[in-house]
Amino acid sequence: MAHIETFLLAKAEKDEAEKLKSIRVKKELELEFDLGNLLASDRNAVNLRDFRAQKKEDYLRALARDNTQLLVNELWKMPSERVEGVVVAKLPEPTTRLPREKPVPKPRPPTKWEQFAKLKGIQKKKKTNLVWDEAHKEWRRRWGYKRANDNTKDWLVEVPETADPDEDQFAKRAHAKRERVAKNELNRLRNIARAHKLKVPGAAAAAPSRNELARAEQVAKVSTASVGKFQERLPKEKAPRNRGKKRAFQPNIGDFSTERQQQLELLKVIASKKPRMDVTKAVNKQMREEDMEAASKKRKGAGRKGRKGGSAPRGKAKGKAKAKGQGPPAGKSRQVRKGLGKR
Amino acid sequence: MTQLDGVVKPKTRRSKRFLQSREPKLTENVKNAMIMKGGNTSETVTKALKDIYALKKPNAVLYKKKNITRPFEDQTSLEFFSKKTDCSLFLFGSHNKKRPNNLVFGRMFDFHVLDMIELGIEKFVSLSDIKSPKCAEGTKPLLIFAGEAFDTDSEYKRLRSVFIDFFRGQTVPAVRLAGLEHVLHFTALEGKIYLRSYKVLLKKSGCRTPRIELEEIGPSFDFVLRRTHLASDDLSKTAHKLPKALKPKKKKNISHDTFGTKLGRLHMQKQNLAKLKTRKMKGLRKRRGETIQGEEEDSAKKAKVE
Repeated sequence: MAHIETFLLAKAEKDEAEKLKSIRVKKELELEFDLGNLLASDRNAVNLRDFRAQKKEDYLRALARDNTQLLVNELWKMPSERVEGVVVAKLPEPTTRLPREKPVPKPRPPTKWEQFAKLKGIQKKKKTNLVWDEAHKEWRRRWGYKRANDNTKDWLVEVPETADPDEDQFAKRAHAKRERVAKNELNRLRNIARAHKLKVPGAAAAAPSRNELARAEQVAKVSTASVGKFQERLPKEKAPRNRGKKRAFQPNIGDFSTERQQQLELLKVIASKKPRMDVTKAVNKQMREEDMEAASKKRKGAGRKGRKGGSAPRGKAKGKAKAKGQGPPAGKSRQVRKGLGKR
Repeated sequence: MTQLDGVVKPKTRRSKRFLQSREPKLTENVKNAMIMKGGNTSETVTKALKDIYALKKPNAVLYKKKNITRPFEDQTSLEFFSKKTDCSLFLFGSHNKKRPNNLVFGRMFDFHVLDMIELGIEKFVSLSDIKSPKCAEGTKPLLIFAGEAFDTDSEYKRLRSVFIDFFRGQTVPAVRLAGLEHVLHFTALEGKIYLRSYKVLLKKSGCRTPRIELEEIGPSFDFVLRRTHLASDDLSKTAHKLPKALKPKKKKNISHDTFGTKLGRLHMQKQNLAKLKTRKMKGLRKRRGETIQGEEEDSAKKAKVE
């Protein structure tokens, strides 16, 4: 009896093994799976000998088959359910990190009102959508078309006692409404501008400094047809600083002796055959010559260094040249010295 | 009010919805691909582009006209097209003497080129060259990468990532098991990358899991790697950033050890043993007289101390 049992068990095991044989694949290293992306990666080294021995396509297909089988085995292990007569396997979240398409969205910056409300702890209150309209005796929308208690639709408006009797009260209301709408729009745009870190229009700019004010005042003062000649001075106004005369002219009639002196000097310069020395020009010339000399010297030295150093990098060449300078002279320079000695 | 640059206010509901669909989101849309050809293309490249478009179809745009640009030299026009069509993946095909049969796979982040990898086609078999039943359009393919280069070489690693990005299609919470019928197999071997596409045939195996047979459907490519333009670490880090809202919340006081056993940590206050209620027995009941005696003793002791 026991004999038969063991036999049967063995047979069952064998059957099971044979069944599994068709779906089992042997790999040295296990594959890495990312089932969320239906992805598998096989890190095993590809057997080059097999690859060359077989036809390439057949080998690739065999490899693909094995890998697919492994991936499918893994997929079939996932919990599955029947949805509308189709077997559906649940997939885990993808684990392979891929870059985003666009940056992470930023939360909208709060509007001015929202900032204020937060500061004061004001919370949003939900208003009912419908409101009782006393005139029409029915529930109407709070806002918009056919709204309740719409004062722009009144056919009669009482003129307040204090008001000007000629003033159009309807126009006044309409104007007020337009103003409110415009203000709201402006605030909306300002909120957008603030959100985008632009200059917020209409906001009070930083108060101009004392200097700026003074300069503005001066400019305004001289901006008249008579260049500010007839402008009155303000109380406590100080005279502008650093505003001296731009050109000093000699008086038309006056000291004859000095004028004579100047003319004579001029004549002397013209008449003399000796070239007149322009000091600034001379100095400039001298400086330039010195610079040129220094540059040429430098260039000469660099050229020699370059030849000696060959194609070695610059820094190294410099170092070598230095070392040679300190050590015994070599090459051409030595020959030159010999020559000198003979003489 | 001056003009606000970059602030577009939609004028209609429809355009508002359109703009909303293009805004950056927490969980993003499927990446779209634009497939375009350069100034000159060979027949191989044109066919290859068409075939890849067929694989990628619902999430791709195939450009019909030539676009004379060189992605590795000037990326502005690519960026422009990307913005125009809201595509963050691109495939650019060209053909010239220096680089014959050239494909550039690339992806964008925030409408700027992130990675670009140039591949040369050595051998190409088109989808239409193989006469066999094809897969349905828009099938999510199984992606398989083989070869150690995909794990060791940095360029190949990035290439793998680009390929996954390009071909994976939608992310789905569940998949129809019988609908897994397309395999893309990438093999890196001897400096070449073999891309093969197979149709999966599910055969009976005797157990629940089916046996797999594959049938080649094309397109198949033998690629060689040419130039690459990989994103800097900085940029790729910002591109890989996971939004805070999507990060899994850390559960306090729960840990797992190396064997995967769940461990919990409990915080308990010290038990007051004086208030412990035990079983009452008649024999241990306190009598009135005893307590009084004890108290008296106590008070006596205290008095002594004082």
